[in-house]
Amino acid sequence: MTARRVRAWIVGSAAILVSVVVFLVPFAFVVLQAAKTPAEASDLKFSLPRSWQFFQNLVAVLQSGDGLIWRAFINSAVLTVASVALMAIVAAMAGYVLARKRSKWGPTVNFFVMAGLIVPPAVVPTIWVLQALGLFKTMPGMILIETTFGLSICILLFRAFFNTVPTELDEAAIIDGAGRVRLFFQVILPLLRPVIVTVIVVQSVFVFNDFAGPLYFLPGTDNATVQTTLYTFAGQNLSYYNLLFMDILLITIPPLVAFIFFNRQIVAGMTSGAIKG
Amino acid sequence: MSTATPATSAQASDVAAPAQLASSEPPGRRRIRSPYPSWFFIPAIALYVVFFAVPTLASFYFSLTRWSLFDAQFIGIANYVQFFHDPQLYTSFIHTLIYGVLTSGAKVVIGFLLALLLTSPVIGRGYLRAVVFFPVLLSTIGVGILWKSLLDPFHGMVNGVLGFFGLPQPGWFTDPNLALYSIAAVDIWKGVGIATLIFMAGMVAIPSEYFEAARMDGASGFRIVRDITIPLSRGATATVIILSLIGGLRSFDIIWATTGGGPGFTSDVIASVIYKQYQAGFYGLSTAGNVVLFVVVTAIMVPLSFALNRKQVEL
Repeated sequence: MTARRVRAWIVGSAAILVSVVVFLVPFAFVVLQAAKTPAEASDLKFSLPRSWQFFQNLVAVLQSGDGLIWRAFINSAVLTVASVALMAIVAAMAGYVLARKRSKWGPTVNFFVMAGLIVPPAVVPTIWVLQALGLFKTMPGMILIETTFGLSICILLFRAFFNTVPTELDEAAIIDGAGRVRLFFQVILPLLRPVIVTVIVVQSVFVFNDFAGPLYFLPGTDNATVQTTLYTFAGQNLSYYNLLFMDILLITIPPLVAFIFFNRQIVAGMTSGAIKG
Repeated sequence: MSTATPATSAQASDVAAPAQLASSEPPGRRRIRSPYPSWFFIPAIALYVVFFAVPTLASFYFSLTRWSLFDAQFIGIANYVQFFHDPQLYTSFIHTLIYGVLTSGAKVVIGFLLALLLTSPVIGRGYLRAVVFFPVLLSTIGVGILWKSLLDPFHGMVNGVLGFFGLPQPGWFTDPNLALYSIAAVDIWKGVGIATLIFMAGMVAIPSEYFEAARMDGASGFRIVRDITIPLSRGATATVIILSLIGGLRSFDIIWATTGGGPGFTSDVIASVIYKQYQAGFYGLSTAGNVVLFVVVTAIMVPLSFALNRKQVEL
């Protein structure tokens, strides 16, 4: 028994040491860079700032480009909240009927869900469709695109969960006189809280971090999201590494908050399907 | 029927309801009407068709045209000929395969080993899990910028450490022979947490009796891993391979954030070629690239997922 304890200590300590070098040093580098003066930051050295400019850099980033960062954060927030809300409700409805209703269309629907997961979206034709609908370069268009791209994975998550909700519940509600719509929205949906939280958190992180989507479908400074802003910033301001890293730090805050408060749900969302394959 | 469900208590308070309901409707009517409305599918189908299926189908036609978004001139397979003729373009095809296989393979191996470590009794497990997983949630663009700084050939920290030990200091993102592999390494750093998580979920689900029995029989740690953990983690392995390969073959953000496909075209993948041709206004060629990517991904993923799923059933 003591031999095992010793091993746990040795292996664990070695792993912690490696993890510090591989993961913590890069994280710390971002924070240190964000606190330096422009001249010092451009050295790219892993060192403590000679004078801590953290707060000044924060103010400078928030004021840069006429408050571009603010606009980007608002845009990203709108995009994330709207598309994830839409995704959750649309996928829950589809997943519910898919899990419950025995139909000859089941295999076909499954095929299309899998296709949505595997097939890379055709970008220029999607722009063509958006343009025909008058939605290209608009926030509603981008919201609908993000919703569509997230649908497949959400439907799979919901369907797996519906299989664990007993159908007796539906029968009881129907016998009690609940209509079909009421059955779903008032009886079933409240039971879905765990999976809904999972879907919302995982997809929020995903949409918030999406870069290629806004790059293609939502160009223009007015519509910039935090990711496209960061990319543009990196291209322009190579003499202001401190501000660049401050921007990275700011963009990391929402996923960090999600990670701290919803770690369990994120893990559930990302591992569901691991066991059943 | 379970007595714990909220619906049953509501039902108990209204015992007469079923009889009333049955009498108010024509007999048989209720049984035909399924309680699960098919129109619940409509929003999902509408979005899927308009923003996914239509563009995908249209891409096959537009890839055969010279296209300006407003008018398309049919030019046959000229775009494909150009794609596979122009070294700047067809190398992206090879890079996509290398990149996909390399990142996926590495995530399977490293993810499996990390999961072994993190499911065994070591100190600091909670911390290690958190720190390995956290990069998954970071902005890909941010990670790209971070590693571009760390791997800077002259000022970067990594080369500083290598120089300190008198080791060669390669130009990670600037050496044409190395750029693609450096990006793959950053991709693995960012994405291995998800593979680890999936493997851990698979390993935790293996009944502990198997391990106990093997240990009683005097099996070594290596044999336990080889003969119990690996075969019984097959479902997790399949999931990791499929997910990481889909992601790897479609990878764009991390490449665009680090090298932009350079130096020259040495780290261009199909997804970055699609963007470059789009930017240059060659919409037909860009869409042809999209179709090539579609074919590559489905030609690999469909047989692979069938093979991986079948193996699992045999188990």
